[in-house]
Amino acid sequence: MKRKIPLLITFTVGIILIISEFIPHKPFGQLSGELEIWFLIISGFAILLGQLSLFKVNIIKIRYKQHDWQFYIVTLASFVVMVALGFLWGTGRSAGLLGHGEVITNTLGYKPFDYLFNNIYQHLQATMFSLLAFFIASAAYRAFIGRTVESNLLLASAVLVMLGNTTFGSLLTGWLPESLNFLHLPKVSEFIMTFPTTAGQRAIMIGAGLGIIGSSLRIILGIERSYLGGE
Amino acid sequence: MEQFFATLGIWLGAIFTFAIFSFLYKDNPFYKTAEQIFVGLSAGYWFVYTVFSILIPNLYDPLIQNFSVNWIKIIPAILGIMMLMRLIPKTEWISRFPISVVIGTTSGVFFLRYLKSDVLNQLTATMINPFVGESWVMVVGKIMLIVGTISGVIYFYFSKKHTGALGVSAKIGIYFLMVSFGAAFGYTAMARISLLIGRLQFLLGDWLGIIQP
Amino acid sequence: MGKTKQLDRRWLFLLIFLGVALPLIFSIGLPLETTKNVQMVYDLVDSMPKGSKALISFDYDPASMPELHPMAKAVVKHCFDKEIDLIFTAMWPMGVKMADDIIDQLIEDYPDLEYGENYVNLGFKAGGMITIQSMGKNFREVFPKDMNGNSIDELPIMDGINNFSNIGFIFSLSAGAPGIKEWVQIAHDAYNRPTSGGCTGVSAPAMLPYINEQHQLTGLLAGLKAAAEYEVLIQTPGTATSGMDAQSIAHLIIIIFIAVGNINYWRNKRKEKKGGK
Repeated sequence: MKRKIPLLITFTVGIILIISEFIPHKPFGQLSGELEIWFLIISGFAILLGQLSLFKVNIIKIRYKQHDWQFYIVTLASFVVMVALGFLWGTGRSAGLLGHGEVITNTLGYKPFDYLFNNIYQHLQATMFSLLAFFIASAAYRAFIGRTVESNLLLASAVLVMLGNTTFGSLLTGWLPESLNFLHLPKVSEFIMTFPTTAGQRAIMIGAGLGIIGSSLRIILGIERSYLGGE
Repeated sequence: MEQFFATLGIWLGAIFTFAIFSFLYKDNPFYKTAEQIFVGLSAGYWFVYTVFSILIPNLYDPLIQNFSVNWIKIIPAILGIMMLMRLIPKTEWISRFPISVVIGTTSGVFFLRYLKSDVLNQLTATMINPFVGESWVMVVGKIMLIVGTISGVIYFYFSKKHTGALGVSAKIGIYFLMVSFGAAFGYTAMARISLLIGRLQFLLGDWLGIIQP
Repeated sequence: MGKTKQLDRRWLFLLIFLGVALPLIFSIGLPLETTKNVQMVYDLVDSMPKGSKALISFDYDPASMPELHPMAKAVVKHCFDKEIDLIFTAMWPMGVKMADDIIDQLIEDYPDLEYGENYVNLGFKAGGMITIQSMGKNFREVFPKDMNGNSIDELPIMDGINNFSNIGFIFSLSAGAPGIKEWVQIAHDAYNRPTSGGCTGVSAPAMLPYINEQHQLTGLLAGLKAAAEYEVLIQTPGTATSGMDAQSIAHLIIIIFIAVGNINYWRNKRKEKKGGK
């Protein structure tokens, strides 16, 4: 029962949605519309589950004093502060439990929730991802070696596209006559993107698409059951 | 007072930026602290916005304001609470019911949409006449598009050994895939560098005032 | 490889840092050429009649701001100049704040525009493709209120919007999933609305197959360079244009790194062969 009913639900829901594509009238159209709204609401709870799970995991790490447990106190404190500020005074133009908090908003220039987002979170996330610029440069030096025909093709394509993406590309080949315009670096880069890259990506897209269609059918028909977890 | 907090905000941004950048030298407590603050604030943001953007307008308000019309929303509410049962190991099995609704919906929609957009439309887009109009460069390009797509798809056919004609086609497919991965690397490099440019525009512009934003 | 192999990667980091910082301070101002995909996006927006409605979905977070924020600002500015009414949504939770920031940056230049009449921020909804499909069937049930809690029945801009049919085009600023792919699959392929988008450089190659004879995607703004090109087209240079010099120098440094890495590898291989003999 603990596995059979969920499998039956998956099958029923999946079939309703597929049929509604071909018979959009009652009842399938209505049923599929309702299911989509339910999906939105359940997704909201799923997001809450993720955040509460993070809370639970960090509590356990602090409780059992695991490695670097002191830093997880910071995580929990930040989480609690952000949630509290959001619920108490709201965000943007929406009110919280204590209204809009005009006094604190006038002092900070923003609502407290927005102040933390704009002046701390935004910078933390942007910087975290900007570290990748350094790592890609380091990786290019160490790992980007042309050993085989395939890797040489990869290298050549990468270099031509990188040059084409810069303003140097225009400068380096700007002097070429009209008849040799196709060798102008930005045009070469555009050609590589429009034709061989699109071809390769299209092949991947078709392959992945067929894979997803197969997986979806397997899930609906109950052949694939890994999403149910253990016993 | 507002000006003070505005300036403080920029300084906080700069301090946390350097805390993260310090990782490039060596892992250290400042980086770890900044990282955990990021995790906590992110989780808090998602929590607040989920409640304000989804649960209140799409669930709470319809149930409270017009229950007689919207009573059916009790069902996703119950399913949502069942989802939260996943937090307790003994009641984890209850979450299978809402998960099956989510998985069933996703599978049904994905089956249709990927079939149309990612398979049929892509096959149609490959069935072009490469010799129609424009310059010889475009003709060559369109031929490459057709040959590359077909040989690329052949490469992904692993049910038969890649020998003979199949092997040659698969080899051509690999070459097209390598060109596309190289181009993808070029664009990835541009993307990553752009992120660093953004940070430096903040540090040099907003914080130090050396450049105009 | 000898000495060079032991080169601490922190020197490479410093080189990249200087390669990006110095051109930002000492601007060179190199020229920029418009590419076909950017021109297609510009032409789509430019062809919209005055008073038509467009939906702009902010499907990104602060991590992708340097690439997507400049193109968001340029496209929104172009729409405001063309007097296109804009409906902002977000499939990523932080997209709401991104949309708010763009509005705050531009609204002073357009004092005649009114919230609720000329533009509206409907906020964030989870669910990706399923939610977008639901919007195409019953928009008002997915977004009963805007992000400030106003009922959409009270917002003049939302009059007649029950699905995608009265929306001129859809534009997604996307850093991943859900994003352009999902909007193409639903808004264009299921509901036949012109769909365009701007994405990070990382996602760009995967979106290219949608630019085809069926116009699944009408053009694409891919990365910082496309943002700079769009700024040039609307004749309003911004942060993207000013970042292109740094972009160019950094790319040159990476290409030099690749060249040096390869030279060192092959030199070492030759030494090993000679040593083996």
